[in-house]
Amino acid sequence: MSLGSIPPKYKVSIDRDQCMDCGRCIENCSYGTFRRDGDKILIQSRKCTACLRCVSMCPRDAISLTENPVDYRSHPLWTRDAREDIIKQARSGKIILAGMGNASNLPSIFDRLLLDACQVTNPSIDPLREPMELRTYIGKKPSKLEFKKTEAGDVELATKLSPNLKLETPIMIGHMSYGAISLNAHLSMAKAAKETGTFMGTGEGGLHRELYPYQGNMIVQVASGRFGVNVDYLERGAAIEIKIGQGAKPGIGGHLPGEKVSAEVSRTRMIPLGSDAISPAPHHDIYSIEDLVQLVRSLKEATEWKKPVFVKIAAVHNVAAIAAGIARSSADAVVIDGSRGGTGAAPKVFRDHVGIPIEGAIASVDQKLREQGTRNEVSIIASGGMRNSADLAKSIALGADAIYIGTAALISMGCRVCGNCYRGLCPWGIATQRQDLVDRLDPEQGARQVSNLIHAWTLELSELMGAAGINSIESMRGNRDRLRGYMLDEGILEVLDVKNAGA
Amino acid sequence: MCGIIGVIDKTRSRMDGSKIKAALSLMNERGSGDGAGYAAYGIYPDYADCYALHVFFDNMAEPKTKVEEILHYWGTVVHQEEIPTFEQPGLKRVHTPWRYFFKPFDDMIGGKVGSEKDIIKHIVMEVNSSIDGALVFSSGKNMGVFKASGWPEDVANFYRIEDYEGYIWLAHNRYPTNSPGWWGGAHPFNLLDWSVVHNGEITSYGTNQRYVEGYGYKCTLLTDTEVVAYLFDLLGRQHELHTETVVKALAPPFWDEIDRMPPAKEGLYRTIRMTYGSALMNGPFAIVVASNEGIVGFTDRIKLRPLVVGENGDMLYISSEESAIRVIDPEVKNIRTPRAGEPIIGRFNA
Repeated sequence: MSLGSIPPKYKVSIDRDQCMDCGRCIENCSYGTFRRDGDKILIQSRKCTACLRCVSMCPRDAISLTENPVDYRSHPLWTRDAREDIIKQARSGKIILAGMGNASNLPSIFDRLLLDACQVTNPSIDPLREPMELRTYIGKKPSKLEFKKTEAGDVELATKLSPNLKLETPIMIGHMSYGAISLNAHLSMAKAAKETGTFMGTGEGGLHRELYPYQGNMIVQVASGRFGVNVDYLERGAAIEIKIGQGAKPGIGGHLPGEKVSAEVSRTRMIPLGSDAISPAPHHDIYSIEDLVQLVRSLKEATEWKKPVFVKIAAVHNVAAIAAGIARSSADAVVIDGSRGGTGAAPKVFRDHVGIPIEGAIASVDQKLREQGTRNEVSIIASGGMRNSADLAKSIALGADAIYIGTAALISMGCRVCGNCYRGLCPWGIATQRQDLVDRLDPEQGARQVSNLIHAWTLELSELMGAAGINSIESMRGNRDRLRGYMLDEGILEVLDVKNAGA
Repeated sequence: MCGIIGVIDKTRSRMDGSKIKAALSLMNERGSGDGAGYAAYGIYPDYADCYALHVFFDNMAEPKTKVEEILHYWGTVVHQEEIPTFEQPGLKRVHTPWRYFFKPFDDMIGGKVGSEKDIIKHIVMEVNSSIDGALVFSSGKNMGVFKASGWPEDVANFYRIEDYEGYIWLAHNRYPTNSPGWWGGAHPFNLLDWSVVHNGEITSYGTNQRYVEGYGYKCTLLTDTEVVAYLFDLLGRQHELHTETVVKALAPPFWDEIDRMPPAKEGLYRTIRMTYGSALMNGPFAIVVASNEGIVGFTDRIKLRPLVVGENGDMLYISSEESAIRVIDPEVKNIRTPRAGEPIIGRFNA
């Protein structure tokens, strides 16, 4: 019995009165939605991904797009997604792939947390007139200071600091590999990181030589496939990050399709041209916490203990205990990636159903580390679906030192979150290796947009802090007293250690 | 708002409380009649080697029995008595102030309890967080806090503060804002030798509270000032930092200033800020902290609350207002207003 086709997801139409027949939609759509037939532009809506490239480039605003033009019989349980997934799997017998972050309909906790401001009894601080300090150091800090007497009888500091990364803003750019995204996307972000005094992750794709000028602002990643890793790579980074897991797909590895492994990608990753790059689910030398401790130490030894080493884990149920174990190693920071974290490609069932949201993870990790007296041993970097400066401020108030942005940085370069990254045809020149598409993203322009975004959030964070009467980020960190929950249940409030609005 | 005073006689000559009362009452504009208090050092020379535990009891039955169960487990009560009080028309008695002169057992020290002072800290945290109807509000040696809800004169007369003689005095006139006007919420706040009077509101309270709670302190008094006493105990006593260093941790210079310092100094200040970021106090405040070694006054990093300093020979005065200092000592010299975050330290002569 034939299953037939599932209804098209989008319907694209052209207002023929407006259209000037310039053909830019045809040129711009890498998915082949438009084609010319004589003097007419024909549309194949089924090919559309809603990347909105055509809409953005149409000089006459003639193109419109509707989602779900065909309705199913409505049913509260058998949603459109549920039915279509079954149809797809009945046909293919395979795992369903999906891109970007968690698309399930669960409410965001961030949206139900409210920030505080001063009135009367303490003055708010105007960031335009008074200093506002956002400088953040990522890395191990001593838990107390020690002084010693010199022979001359003077007192001097005996405590030595471990290497830390100095950030001018608590916003960093998370790990998205060259290969998954284009060189121009990497260049844009690297320039922006340098300009804004922050850092970006390389992802598990090695470090392309064109990024060497920005290596002082790069965090190099060591993931389970070890792609691109050698001692030269480690030494180039300002810090090293061991990736154990990722919020979008905790517990499983990664897969870069061979089509994306171009000559440059192959050279940078140190893998054969056109071969699939498969990162295994676990690191094959890490089967318990003490193996991780050894890897952290090995990386430190290889770089003469000059670089901070981070460990990134997905926010899973037991995240606090795992982070506490990492804090007892020589690691300098723990990166927690929440369940709304993005990805180029993940099995949909993982993306939407595995792991916990970042808000609860930050709260429980910070609490556990404080209980164990190890909060100063590691910095906490939170990531996974950070959409704006409010998410940033709330993350820090819950206890994070800094955040990683990922999808937000891509959107600032043009991404419209269509979720087809894994197909390698990104019309915005971001998640693709096809040179004609990559060329669409100008690294100078891209860098300006990414750094504008970071500047804008930084300004907003300053204003939020000033309104709360706080002039230094240290006093925002873990300051859950300045958060209130609204329409959150008692259980969540207890985990977050946040009072109810009005309380 | 609130008005604060700190006075030290560096020769350890003792003065009675009458002038402090007059000075504090002068600043009634800064209060609301909801709380006032005094701390005096050197007042119990006969019991100088005992910890003077001042306790508010709601009644003399169950809470007192429970407190004494804890005290008898940890040490010996050398002497106990009701703190003498005298009814005032403008002051409603809601607790009975009591004092114990207490010595911990030496052999209880060990494990997590590293010293006599750790025992006292533990007792204070235990009583205040777990016994209804009892609150230890003063726990140092040869010193005591006297406080209640009311105007400064009424509180002073209630305790007959002029009957006590001390070489350090702190005083506070309260206008409660972010917490209720109750006896436990009046200043000074005390733990062990540390006493704090504070004008302002600590916007970093949540951060500071999470930080000290990681070290076994329990914030139970519903007000932000309490945390300052614990920060001083943690940094000054447990981490053995000098007072100047403690102040530089709580109200550090801005990064821009640190960046301009010569390398060794820059390294020191950067390390202090990185290590004690969670101890940094934000928001408007002027604070005077006393211990058995002296007093220190300082303000927040952008000086959003007033602080005035005066000297006269071996006397050092710190207050919200110059006029209050002049009431104590009309001949006061070197009146000045310190810069934001600058520690003003008064120590006993060697």
